[in-house]
Amino acid sequence: MRYLPNSPEDRARMLEATGRESPEMLFEQIPQDLRIREPLQLPGPLSESEIVDFFRQAASASSRDYVSLLGAGAYQHYRPVTIDALLSRSEFFTAYTPYQPEISQGTLQALFEFQTLIAQLTGMEVANSSLYDGSTAVNEAVLMAMRITRRDCVVMARTLHPEYRQVVETYGRNLGTEFVEVPYEPSGQTDFSRLEAALDDRVAAVVVQSPNFFGTVERIPEIAALAHRHGALLVVAVTEPLSLALVKPPAEADIVCGEAQSFGVPVAFGGPYCGFLATKEKFVRQMPGRLAGQTSDTAGRRGFVLTLVTREQFIRREKATSNICTSQSLCALAATFYLCLLGKNGLRQLAEQNLAKARYCARQITSACPASLPFSAPYFNEFVVRVPGRAAVLLRVLQNDGIIGGLDLGRFYPELQNHLLICVTEIITKDAIDRMASVYRDFHSIAAPAEHSGERRAPSLQSA
Amino acid sequence: MYPEELLYTKDHEWIRVDGTTGAIGITDHAQKELGDIVFVELPQIGAHLTVKESLGTVESVKAVADIYSPVTGEVTAINPKLQNSPELLNSDPHGEGWLIQVALRDRSETESLMSAEEYEAYLKKGSAH
Amino acid sequence: MKDRITEARPHITRNEGLIFERSSPGKTGAELPPLDVPEISPEEIFGGEYFRQDLEGFPEVSEFEVIQHYTRLSTWNYGIDTGLYPLGSCTMKYNPRVNEFVARLEGLATEHPYTPETLAQGCLRILAETARCLIAITGMDAVSLQPAAGAQGELTGLLMIRAYLNDHGGARKYILIPDSAHGTNPASVTIAGYEVRNLKSNSRGCIDLAALEEEMTPEVAGLMLTNPNTLGIFEEQIREISSLVHARGGLVYMDGANMNALIGVAKPADFGIDVMHLNLHKTFSTPHGGGGPGSGPVAVRKSLEPYLPLPTVEPLAAGGYRLNYDRPKSIGRVRAFFGNFGMAVRALAYILAYGAAGLRQVTEDAVLNANYVRQKLKEAYDLPYDAPAMHECVFSDRRQASHSVRTGDIAKRLIDYGFHPYTVSFPLIVAGAMMIEPTETASKAELDAFIEAMLAIAEEVRTDPEVVRTAPHTARLTRLDEATAARRPVLRWRPATPQLRTQL
Repeated sequence: MRYLPNSPEDRARMLEATGRESPEMLFEQIPQDLRIREPLQLPGPLSESEIVDFFRQAASASSRDYVSLLGAGAYQHYRPVTIDALLSRSEFFTAYTPYQPEISQGTLQALFEFQTLIAQLTGMEVANSSLYDGSTAVNEAVLMAMRITRRDCVVMARTLHPEYRQVVETYGRNLGTEFVEVPYEPSGQTDFSRLEAALDDRVAAVVVQSPNFFGTVERIPEIAALAHRHGALLVVAVTEPLSLALVKPPAEADIVCGEAQSFGVPVAFGGPYCGFLATKEKFVRQMPGRLAGQTSDTAGRRGFVLTLVTREQFIRREKATSNICTSQSLCALAATFYLCLLGKNGLRQLAEQNLAKARYCARQITSACPASLPFSAPYFNEFVVRVPGRAAVLLRVLQNDGIIGGLDLGRFYPELQNHLLICVTEIITKDAIDRMASVYRDFHSIAAPAEHSGERRAPSLQSA
Repeated sequence: MYPEELLYTKDHEWIRVDGTTGAIGITDHAQKELGDIVFVELPQIGAHLTVKESLGTVESVKAVADIYSPVTGEVTAINPKLQNSPELLNSDPHGEGWLIQVALRDRSETESLMSAEEYEAYLKKGSAH
Repeated sequence: MKDRITEARPHITRNEGLIFERSSPGKTGAELPPLDVPEISPEEIFGGEYFRQDLEGFPEVSEFEVIQHYTRLSTWNYGIDTGLYPLGSCTMKYNPRVNEFVARLEGLATEHPYTPETLAQGCLRILAETARCLIAITGMDAVSLQPAAGAQGELTGLLMIRAYLNDHGGARKYILIPDSAHGTNPASVTIAGYEVRNLKSNSRGCIDLAALEEEMTPEVAGLMLTNPNTLGIFEEQIREISSLVHARGGLVYMDGANMNALIGVAKPADFGIDVMHLNLHKTFSTPHGGGGPGSGPVAVRKSLEPYLPLPTVEPLAAGGYRLNYDRPKSIGRVRAFFGNFGMAVRALAYILAYGAAGLRQVTEDAVLNANYVRQKLKEAYDLPYDAPAMHECVFSDRRQASHSVRTGDIAKRLIDYGFHPYTVSFPLIVAGAMMIEPTETASKAELDAFIEAMLAIAEEVRTDPEVVRTAPHTARLTRLDEATAARRPVLRWRPATPQLRTQL
């Protein structure tokens, strides 16, 4: 087998050295009746070219030839080829967690740079070296706020990503956490008076997302003032951190966390992604996740180590700040490469292109047909459209034209039937937008006859 | 090595009793076992302590240890220098590295604690294993 | 040996500052195509209330500088491809390159998680196939790929135990954990809303049935164990253990961190366990990435299947797959979307490459390698438990400690000999533990060199302990001041404060 380095002769000599006569004797500790007699029922073995063929075939049963206007927590941006070139350095991708700093300075310094970039971007003082993903980062922020305030009620905006809310609830249910949901107002932002009514001295954290699930920017300073008046912490979640290149950072928040997938990490059907969590210096010892810190060696040279490790599970065991045992180092490295390549000006220009294209798209759609934008607050690269007719039908018609037209919000918000969440990044061309607008125009004028029109046939999927 | 005026616990804390108050710290043996101490978590002034219950933690680079209160009482002072200089616990554990001061509720609780001589014998016995 | 080591020379790559220190205004590492829609004014759109004026402190560097900077940093890392990486309990095996290639294919890496299911059949099929293989390997009945890593797999499994017991008379209060367990186990128990009760190991390093008999009260929800355990020893009485826990109405959780010792030889389902997790980044060769991403699928018995996280991937009668969100008993979501899909792609590629017979060979080689190292080192280092090893072996520094050299020192000295250290000071039940897991992809030649280095260090401990105590001597840096790093944490670069410059 091509991955195994030992020859039959090597094996025979090693077996002899260990005083065993057959490989089966290596397993003498395992009771006979627990050992399996039949080979496992598995496919393979496959040669490399067969493996490539297998996955190429799977990859062809995909939406890769479609224009996709999906966002909602996973963003399709162009990834400079430099990122994969650097990620493919096997010193980075085959290394373990940098517990031996003398031979892990590459990872440690890059993570220190990541922490700096995230802190700068979010307007916070410190950031950790990444968490699983945005949803678990929000959950960790909630647990952290409960530890700091010693309170157990959590107020979440309805405009927080619905799947993030589900994750936080899965964790909280068993810890006796009480959840209160705050609705949104016609602007598409969190309802102030309802938020105020939900606050009392039992509330550990107010959690809002900005730009929120509808793409609109929240009024962070005002929400922070409200939360702080009641002794609660403000947790701001960010799923599209590119917005922070143009939108004021939520510096009034106590914890800013979310998803950095936008920065050079592929959408990859949902993962792996790059959660992040940033906060004020005074909370650093309550912070979950790994931290790279600067120090010096015995000769006074600058170096980096994992620090404040006593917060972590392998030391504190059941008293740890979190059960998380890892960061998403390699994804954090991808984000670091991306942010350094784009840099100060590139990132702003990119954000401006996203903003311009989303605006253009919204205008084209609303002028092509009686579609409307239900929310009035400013948005970044995502917005909600109320469509003239049934959203599911429109999506199918668009699909027939090679366009995945967005997310049907009725799936998560029963009150928003026939509303689409549309995301327009820099990779969507003006042509594609214009083409989509004309589908909207036709859809409206032909009053949805497309129910029975010829759809693209779903690919045949019998497994091999 | 271990000051005579202090009383010691089996968990390696000491207390210096002065009338109805006492200063509490960790012993030289404890700081050596932990190594470089990097952080100390202490109760707030006014907090109520119960004998043999955790009053806070000391952290070294790779370990955390609970500090157990030798007595019952109320915290009247905390060592303000430890926040920025936790290394005092390494350099002067029985002096500058004191942790907190307590108003004792029941002086008789200190009667079961060890003298310096007893503590040293206790340590010797422990290391013989 | 010492002479050879000091031949390493400083190189330009030893002198590389922070990326921020390379920055100067006007440089860029990426250019955008011209905007093809009308320009807008962000300042007007966002107004004074929301508009950000500047990205303070962000770097401005060219593409080549980014390549050069991070290539240089990479040379300061030790990776599996650099040399033997015998970290116990981490299974640092070769990461096949074809896995990386297929995970980046267009149509897989580019598929959005909310793509309509009819269009995303390729990705759904990969999830379903991976689950099917893991079911075959473990003998369990159902698998969820959602947990993002081992620790989240643990939590997911514990939440399912809780939900199941809730439906069968009450969640109960405690989880038993052997004292040899990974630190994540107790941390996960706490997050799941349970309390930990420690179970002492017997003199052979295994679970003590008599102790279990005593501890397994009606308040105990279950037992969380690792098999083979963290000493690399197989729990011979595993079936009796499971039966006892079941008889008292509890469930058994198995941490699958050490599955590299079992695939093709034994199936956890036959042990009588109820739920387990696997680590795709250990057993199934997905890269560790310098600390993530991992992936921690959970496998369960039929009785626990209704509690799996949402959604599940299910085959359609007409062919193809769909996502099922309609599962009223599910514990809910533990992560957005469907888990670390990219890791499932790599793990499936690994399984396909070997097939059933190949995976059995992997297990044999992994166990043979560990036993070979154990045999060759047991004269020089103390073996606290004498049971034969499975895929890893644990020594202690007892003999070296009398020369005031500890496990951490020996580990650092290994760096000078060109190896990554073993796992230091774990498991906690062995004082001065040295835990070695060579994996199947370590060649005999590589192992012989490692053994020679370990023996040479044992000799140095007797003749020149100081050189061991102050190691490493040939790494880019000497030992780092971890105390100052923790006392006064510097966790980010700041333009204003004077910084220590990187020096030669």
